[in-house]
Amino acid sequence: MVSVVYEAPDSIQGAIDLLANATITTKVLAGGTDLIIQMQGVNEERLVVDVKKIPGMMDATLSDKGLDLGPSMPCAEFTARDDIKAVYPGLVEAAYLIGSTQVQGRCSVGGNLCNSSPAADTIPALIANGAQCVIKGPGGERTVAVEDFVTGVAQNCMDKGELLTLIKIPRPAANTSDAYLRFIPRTEMDIAVAGAGVSVTLDDDGTCTAARVAIGAVAITALLVPEAAQALIGTKLDEDALQAAADAASAASKPITDRRGTVEFRTHVVGVLVKRAAKIAAERAGG
Amino acid sequence: MAKTHVTASINGDVKEFLCEPSDTLLQTLRDELGLTGTKEGCGSGDCGACSVTINGRLVCSCLVLGVEAEGTEIETVEGIGASDKLHVIQEKFLEHAALQCGICTPGLIVSTKALLEENPDPTEEEARYYLAGNLCRCTGYDKIIRAVMDAAETMRGGA
Amino acid sequence: MSEAQEFKHIGQRTIRPDGHDKVTGRANYAADLALPDMIWGKILRSPHAHANIKGIDTSKAEAHPDVFAVATHADIPNSDAGGVLNILAKDKALYHGHAIASVAARTEAAAEEALALIEVDYEVLQPVMSIEEAMADGAPLLHESLMTKGLAEEPTSPSNVASRMEMNKGDIEAGFAEADVIVEREFRTATVHQGYIEPHACTVRYDEDGQSMIWCSTQGHFGVRQSTADILSMEQSKLKVIASEIGGGFGGKLGVYLEPVALILSKKSGRPVKMQMDRDEVFKGSGPGAATRNKVKIGAKKDGSITAMEAHLYYESGAFPGSSPLGPGCMTVFTPYDVENQYVEGFDVVVNKARCAAYRAPGAPQSEYAAEMVINELADELGIDPIDFRLQNAAKEGTQTMYGPKLKAVGLVECLEAAKNSDQYKTALKENQGRGLAAGFWFNVGGDSSVVINMNQDGTGTIVEGSPDIGGSRASMQMMAAEELQMPVDSLIPVIGDTQSLPHSNPTGGSRTTFATGMAVIEAAADVVSQFKERAAATWNVTPDQVEWKDGVAINTSGDGELTAAQICAAASRTGGQISGRGNINAQGAGPSFAVHLADIEVDPDTGQTTVIRYTAIQDAGKAIHPSYVEGQFQGGSAQGIGWALNEEYVYNKDGLLENPGYLDYRVPLASDLPMIDTVIVEVPNAFHPYGVRGVGESGIIPPLAACGTAVSKAIGIWMTELPMSPPRILKAIQDKS
Repeated sequence: MVSVVYEAPDSIQGAIDLLANATITTKVLAGGTDLIIQMQGVNEERLVVDVKKIPGMMDATLSDKGLDLGPSMPCAEFTARDDIKAVYPGLVEAAYLIGSTQVQGRCSVGGNLCNSSPAADTIPALIANGAQCVIKGPGGERTVAVEDFVTGVAQNCMDKGELLTLIKIPRPAANTSDAYLRFIPRTEMDIAVAGAGVSVTLDDDGTCTAARVAIGAVAITALLVPEAAQALIGTKLDEDALQAAADAASAASKPITDRRGTVEFRTHVVGVLVKRAAKIAAERAGG
Repeated sequence: MAKTHVTASINGDVKEFLCEPSDTLLQTLRDELGLTGTKEGCGSGDCGACSVTINGRLVCSCLVLGVEAEGTEIETVEGIGASDKLHVIQEKFLEHAALQCGICTPGLIVSTKALLEENPDPTEEEARYYLAGNLCRCTGYDKIIRAVMDAAETMRGGA
Repeated sequence: MSEAQEFKHIGQRTIRPDGHDKVTGRANYAADLALPDMIWGKILRSPHAHANIKGIDTSKAEAHPDVFAVATHADIPNSDAGGVLNILAKDKALYHGHAIASVAARTEAAAEEALALIEVDYEVLQPVMSIEEAMADGAPLLHESLMTKGLAEEPTSPSNVASRMEMNKGDIEAGFAEADVIVEREFRTATVHQGYIEPHACTVRYDEDGQSMIWCSTQGHFGVRQSTADILSMEQSKLKVIASEIGGGFGGKLGVYLEPVALILSKKSGRPVKMQMDRDEVFKGSGPGAATRNKVKIGAKKDGSITAMEAHLYYESGAFPGSSPLGPGCMTVFTPYDVENQYVEGFDVVVNKARCAAYRAPGAPQSEYAAEMVINELADELGIDPIDFRLQNAAKEGTQTMYGPKLKAVGLVECLEAAKNSDQYKTALKENQGRGLAAGFWFNVGGDSSVVINMNQDGTGTIVEGSPDIGGSRASMQMMAAEELQMPVDSLIPVIGDTQSLPHSNPTGGSRTTFATGMAVIEAAADVVSQFKERAAATWNVTPDQVEWKDGVAINTSGDGELTAAQICAAASRTGGQISGRGNINAQGAGPSFAVHLADIEVDPDTGQTTVIRYTAIQDAGKAIHPSYVEGQFQGGSAQGIGWALNEEYVYNKDGLLENPGYLDYRVPLASDLPMIDTVIVEVPNAFHPYGVRGVGESGIIPPLAACGTAVSKAIGIWMTELPMSPPRILKAIQDKS
């Protein structure tokens, strides 16, 4: 059986010390909606470091520069913030899609990121928004782009002793907005079979001047797809441009067949989602 | 492994109990505190039968550690309604025959209460999505949703 | 029964007597009982789909400081008992999740830890995961000595085909020769699970003095006693089984999984033992409903008359022979049609999947799905409205069934007419939407039901019945007793008696409880009434036939005098002792229930996503005792059928391992997936029940498969032939067409 040593430090340094000095496997507990399931059937001792009592981990501050998001803020609180929703509607939608109402009460954007599932809903939305991860550890602080944070299935760039302390999301330029869509077989409660986060910037006559397109659940990590963004930039997001972006996303995807979908299905549907998300983002950007 | 001492308010009563740090809140409620109204359907947050509120927020108690309860206020189905007077939501579930086997009912009562506290006037669609994490295999949800909507209306004062 | 009975209670929407406990969390289910000194049992399950068990070494588990007992197949007292190889495997693991050994320890966590210490020497074999694989030449054999039953010639070598059956009437060849149009299709349905929210669980205590006890969640506690006593070589009198509240079953809680193992562990340890399956164990080790591959061919004349119906049905039985619902699948397939020439051939085939269990109208959804899809396509080919086509050929009173009896009065025509008149059928569809209609037939059963009504000294009563209440049946028992006794509903409290309180009762299954146990309640109540009359007569010194029982009062018709139930009961000790009525019956005359459903479904052509936008369930209840719970059965059956049609399936990998043993990826319908489900209760009385009752629990799961199948097919313009119609399958069909 899993045997747990539970600690709830009240400072980042306290958490780092616990994580760095542990002689057993360590796990960071925020909402626990993935962690507690993953501990079932494990036959070893685990140090569980609950970070919810650390100041800042549960807060979100929106300023002219952007959003400083405490990684452990429950999604239910995050998605209730109308000020954040007004600036990053797609990211908030992505956070809202994780799990049930019950799971929303516990899960967090940072937890979704650190769990590093290929199908995480918030990761494509964070990448589309150019979000950065602030990581602190025994060696000091470093900042990593979200697209570089996840390195494989349930793997990320954090070393022993390191803790994700902040997610920094830059303030979008004028006439910029985002959208996130995912495909699931039911209306709720499923893991994404494919996902797409798109951010677009439009000029005054509706021409797309900048874009970021990220796709999820179609490779071992979420992917930033510059080719899909390029297909949008310089266009008025007409049907041809949207189809070109969709095709680029399908081409960039490297999915597998599993209990949730087939290679063929995922490859096609991720393109459909990019197209639809780009349309929504453009409408929001004022196009 | 030593058990951890936890103090929490459960349905308004301050309770002290011991739990293994690996125990979930669900196990703690059922096996330590004898509050078996909270049900286990899956142990993975996919069915909602173990729904409780912690500091007013709806969660699956199978996805919370018992030790995390320290200093919190927890409400379970046993805390809803009085022994001699059911809560409106409970009455409406009975009036509308919104349960068959009844195993999902405690979770649904807790979730419905949380829904109506957050949103006293939900649309049918809002109610269905809010309660999507509460599986019911018997009813097809029709009568549950009718009970929820009727309870909402009654709680708003029959508006 | 009379045509137009006036009822006081029947047909009302009372508050169920067990409701208060269920909305407050006080109702006790299988996992809710703890006993002093209780320990926890867990099962070790096979990590392989097919393997020889060359040895099991439990010594390290036995040495674990918190372990009290370990049990394997070798500890089973009667290893010849039925089903015992599914309780604990002997020489072979036959599916992923097959029970291999068990441990009882101080805590659940310690038991899990000890399971990991059990060393099993497996020789892994190639798994057999489909009907094709199982029936292929040279297929690996699950059971070396399995000889196919029902073949014309005795087989000379073993195979994975457990049995073949055949039924026919008329002349099938001549029927097809008469047809102007013939449609023939092959359909597949996946392995599905009943999906009850409450996992299997029990708490047991073995007692050397013959007072052993099992508390468990079951559809039939008398069956649990019979099976467990058989496996443990005990006399039934020495085992008391108490049916806890049951959190869903749908056929999946008719058998035993944990109870005999728990009792063996309790016997070995001397402690009470609690066992509770995790959700993944429920999916791996219990249920499921059979996967099928069914071929149906139907021919009709241009005028719409069906001339011939032929089916070849292949049912997966799971790991053990004879566990599929092949028989009822064959018997029901064409029963909605009054067609002279019918033929059906069926096969029960073993595969390396969990042993199949009953699932709501077992066998019928799969076979009738195939038949109803072909009927709809044929209606299209003929250019006839699918309701008119069915009305023209509908089974009715006097229709000769393929399986034996002629139908008595049934309500199929009435259901079809109700569908035609429904608001949904008259509503126009939009782009990418399709409508499907399908009928369903289920026999329903009767059988043994035992009931005692014990009158209390204050004139109230307790209805002791032997049928676990899975969906509100105590409410209907209370109402029927109140009707018969002409007493207030809430003066009669229904309880489920344990196996020592009543004679044997058949389980809650086959939609029998409201019908059969209801008849037993009525008989017991009539017995009470006759005793009331006798006691009153004795008091007044008249004969019982001079006493009338009216509105809960005995009236002396040949003089003055009235006595209430309370007065009679208060005086009972002076008039002959306390009063109880008995109804131990073998109920005959169960009335079939036909259902007709309408589904409107929208398909997203770019993703294959389906949305059920409207649904109507129409069914013959004979007489609805409690209309709300009758509607609830229609709606619940509909939801399960919709899930079966659209998203539910067991997914196995190439090694035969189950990949989705949880609610995350075994996708049952959610509140947000479904619309309101409109219902129409048709009442064509069953002449064999005093109030006209037909069972209603099962028929409702049959039509959704073809109703949804047709709705999706119409929405995309392609006849779909495989369930579930998950988005990848629908999208592929769309892409293959274009």
